Amino acid sequence: MSAVGASDAPLAAVPRDWRPVLLVPALAFIALPLVGSTSTWVTLTVAGLAMGLIVFIIASGLTLVFGLMDVLNFGHGVFIAFGAFVATSVLGFMGDWTASQSFAANLAAVFAAMAAGMTVAAAIGWAFERLIVRPVYGSHLRQILITMGGMIVGQELIKVIWGPLQIPLPLPQALRGAFLFGDAAVEKYRLLAVAFGLVVFAVMLLVLNRTKLGLLIRAGVENREMVESLGYPIGRLFVGVFVAGSALAGLGGVLWGLYQQNVVPHIGEQVLVLIFIVIVIGGLGSIGGCFVGALLVGLTATYAGFLAPVVALFSNILLMVAVLLWRPQGLYPVARR
Amino acid sequence: MSAPLLVLEGVHTHVGGYHLLHGVDLEVPAGELTLLLGRNGAGKTTTLRTIMGLWRASAGRIRFAGEDITARPTPAIAQAGIAYVPENMGVFGDLTVRENMLLAARAARREEDLDRARLAWIFRLFPALEKFWQYPAGKLSGGQKQMLAIARAIIEPRKLLLVDEPSKGLAPAIAANMIAAFRELRERDTTILLVEQNFHFARQLGDSVAVMDDGRIVYRGSMEALARDERLQRELLGLGRVAQAS
Repeated sequence: MSAVGASDAPLAAVPRDWRPVLLVPALAFIALPLVGSTSTWVTLTVAGLAMGLIVFIIASGLTLVFGLMDVLNFGHGVFIAFGAFVATSVLGFMGDWTASQSFAANLAAVFAAMAAGMTVAAAIGWAFERLIVRPVYGSHLRQILITMGGMIVGQELIKVIWGPLQIPLPLPQALRGAFLFGDAAVEKYRLLAVAFGLVVFAVMLLVLNRTKLGLLIRAGVENREMVESLGYPIGRLFVGVFVAGSALAGLGGVLWGLYQQNVVPHIGEQVLVLIFIVIVIGGLGSIGGCFVGALLVGLTATYAGFLAPVVALFSNILLMVAVLLWRPQGLYPVARR
Repeated sequence: MSAPLLVLEGVHTHVGGYHLLHGVDLEVPAGELTLLLGRNGAGKTTTLRTIMGLWRASAGRIRFAGEDITARPTPAIAQAGIAYVPENMGVFGDLTVRENMLLAARAARREEDLDRARLAWIFRLFPALEKFWQYPAGKLSGGQKQMLAIARAIIEPRKLLLVDEPSKGLAPAIAANMIAAFRELRERDTTILLVEQNFHFARQLGDSVAVMDDGRIVYRGSMEALARDERLQRELLGLGRVAQAS
């Protein structure tokens, strides 16, 4: 029997498309002469990367949920808010640990806050999917309306539990202040946020590219009907991804709350626009695109805030327009979309 | 004719406000290749999707290997031993050929778990897949995607293959390759229900034939009889009219 390429040896893998990734260093190097001072540039760049990585943690779950089930969840912000508020309670309860000069004790308190924030956000995510999202599969308009309604209910619930006022969320003792690299001051917490973001990204890449579960998620994002036809119940997979995405939003809420050093009931709503910009820039359903998009958004917001505060408010909209003019489906479009 | 593996009894399907199947009665004998022919819009694809549970039968019964699968969800139908190759092939373009195959092999968690002998057989049927093993499926040609879609359906033993228009858009050389592959599958006692519009492709394959029109089975018989009878071909498939028009 003859066939195409019958006698040819197996070909090497197709090289990855690195051009979108190169935008991140390109943006940073373009900003260097505009900022002027190298030390200020280093400070801003680390701040931008930290912000971008926190946004990535929050947005990664949402982009997978959209990719897998075509669900527009405008209520994602409520998981962020619950994560942040749970952190205020946990870190308040562990006051001795956070006031300690010991880096290990501080880190243990932050880890405890993260674990609690993620658990609560995951539980709320599970209930949110069952009660609010499940009845409106297939209808984007209803999804937008009901998930926004769900977020408002969640925010009111937060006011009932923690009160309507802003709550301070100070950094633990050993995480305050900055490291000095020459003249450049880099805040300790921002470095920690960068480390957490990179660890989350690495774990996600590992799961998505090296496990069968990851294969299922990637395939489901592209063609969920075919995944079901292969014998995998995608409904259960979706609930799992929704809950995991909510937990990641909770983790992002803890990190964002500590980044801002205070929390308000609508903390999630404040970052929701950034998150949607990130997932549109990245390509709906793409984790790699979400990562690059989040870094671009974080850096753009930080540089613009320093260089031209007037345009800072809409700098990310301009970024989104520029990216979509270059790649209308986002930086790394998923095959089906 | 051997005992039927799949039986459809008076199956009706509604999609949205449309009544697409009007009481389909069909038997697919075990170990044979049954062809489902018909004009565009006759209900062939709808029949396959209804068997797979992708569209629900609104009335009637579907029995597979003696069990009623009418109300089962799609994953349960696939787990019962039915593999489906849709008309658009359904390959995952962002996944490599290797990842597509690994996903289709439900029992395998890693590449090392794939049945090596079966994989060697598939590579013999479709050598291009070995060549493009590490390639994203989205970068394959149409014919190669079709090979991958069929290979995915047979990476593990399945009782029944449902294949929707495998010849669509294929170059003649690839179509010939596909015919040879289906013949080999049939020799291995794989039961196949194959939807096809290309009669010249179909006549080289089928043991038995069912022809659909307007959501019903309007003819059942052997391929040999249909291939001999030009009047029947003209009436059921409009082949004469196509020839006159062209």
